[in-house]
Amino acid sequence: MKTTHDIRTDFPVLHNNKGLVYLDSAATSLKPKQVIDKVVEYYEQYSANIHRGLYKMSERATEEYEDSRKVVASFIGADVDEIIFTRNTTEGLNLVAYALGRELLALGSEVVTTVMEHHSNFVPWQQLSFENGTDFKVIDITSEGILTILDPHTGMPDIHELEKIISKRTKILALTYVSNVLGTINPIKEIINIVKKINPKIITVVDGAQAIQHLPVNVKELGCDFFSFSSHKMFGPTGVGVLYGKKELLSAMYPFLYGGEMVDVVSIESTTFKALPHKYEAGTPHIAGVIALKEAVKYIQAVGWEYIEKHEAELTEYALRSLDERFGKNMRIIGSRAAKGRVGAIAFTLEGFHPHDVAQILDESRIAVRAGNHCAMPLHTRFGLPATTRASLSIYNEKADIDALIAGLEKVKKTLSR
Amino acid sequence: MSSIYQDIILDHYRNPRNNGHLARHTHKVTVNNPLCGDLLTFEIYDENGIVKEIAFSGSGCAISQASASMLTEYAVGKSNDELKKIDKDIVLEMLGIELSPNRIKCALLSLEGLHKLLAK
Repeated sequence: MKTTHDIRTDFPVLHNNKGLVYLDSAATSLKPKQVIDKVVEYYEQYSANIHRGLYKMSERATEEYEDSRKVVASFIGADVDEIIFTRNTTEGLNLVAYALGRELLALGSEVVTTVMEHHSNFVPWQQLSFENGTDFKVIDITSEGILTILDPHTGMPDIHELEKIISKRTKILALTYVSNVLGTINPIKEIINIVKKINPKIITVVDGAQAIQHLPVNVKELGCDFFSFSSHKMFGPTGVGVLYGKKELLSAMYPFLYGGEMVDVVSIESTTFKALPHKYEAGTPHIAGVIALKEAVKYIQAVGWEYIEKHEAELTEYALRSLDERFGKNMRIIGSRAAKGRVGAIAFTLEGFHPHDVAQILDESRIAVRAGNHCAMPLHTRFGLPATTRASLSIYNEKADIDALIAGLEKVKKTLSR
Repeated sequence: MSSIYQDIILDHYRNPRNNGHLARHTHKVTVNNPLCGDLLTFEIYDENGIVKEIAFSGSGCAISQASASMLTEYAVGKSNDELKKIDKDIVLEMLGIELSPNRIKCALLSLEGLHKLLAK
């Protein structure tokens, strides 16, 4: 089993930037050498286009590419032809909005999302609602960052609360598995189970961008209709995303992007489309990226969920406790101050200091965090804040990183105190 | 890269000049940067095209506060025509620090306010 030290050794960015304290993995994770090597392998060994070459090198590229689909499918418990490669989570969600949402949503129907969404699972539905005259409903959260449809004691969905929001008119429920700001893990499986009881025809669209790298995902167990995530947040290359969709839905939907690679026969009169999953992959994809994504999956599997979940829970607990001990009431953590039921994305404000100044002064100590609204403006508005500073943890972080953050925040106070 | 929190910036941040409201003003304007929540209100009192008094209020990061303080200090006694010529480079020179593209917006919010006041 890999230790934290072994893991850190796998990430070249950490060697090439001595002293770097990387606490921005919720924005993008660092990449292990195994992934980088695979990108290079494609470009150096078999950099041909896929699916149409009649020569060996193209066949090799196609095999590697399609093998990635198998690896990803098995990783999330899906069938191979239910895996669509996209550019990122956002594109996957837009694919569902355009290819299915446009058809389903009409005057008199409604779409439901939550106030804790990243803009990528909020704006497409909002705009589609404007376009189609659909009611756009948003589930609120408590001040602890928990969806109001959940029982505060059990943390499980309350059917009576859900019945107030979801009805037979609700065509789509779009919600995130894990919040990129609050770190909150939503009980997706239980929510889907209940909403399908209220309305068996409801389509559930899950943003898995902040879940896929932190906890084991099985889409069939979750029962969702769609699940979208990004390679770059799970140690894979940027520019690649995955959309899982239930076969019967993907088969029935119209394509999202038209063009090369996704067609069967094209004539002046008509066009027929390829079968799944190729129907949704128009144009030359990010071949190297897709191929290297499987190395990211294998890397996660080699590290193991046992390590990941234990390590991240301990680190999150340590971070929350250290911040609380040192800064107490002067630090406002957006969301839960308890490590349970959340991941290590910790957004905060330090009383009296602007989030951008905090991030900038931390950068002077080589601590990389993010400041702003983290693509979640409705969520920040909900808390009455324009911006927060966010530190987010991953498998390669260690307690020393948290200690550096604390020392860096002390420096912020020292520098800016009036 | 050296710190952008130089003594002169911190001095203006800690002891902002012309911070508050004027008893009387000829023009008033509010500018904001929704991405970081900075919100600045400027009030000006001018006579015959010369700035007699100017004040700013509102919240923001150290850079936007220091920039507003410096710019208002500079503006007092100057003619409107003279102030209209102030551009981005002059403000950055006044601050005397190198800013990343993301933070330049913070520094220039007060310039936007001043230009809007003068356009009134």
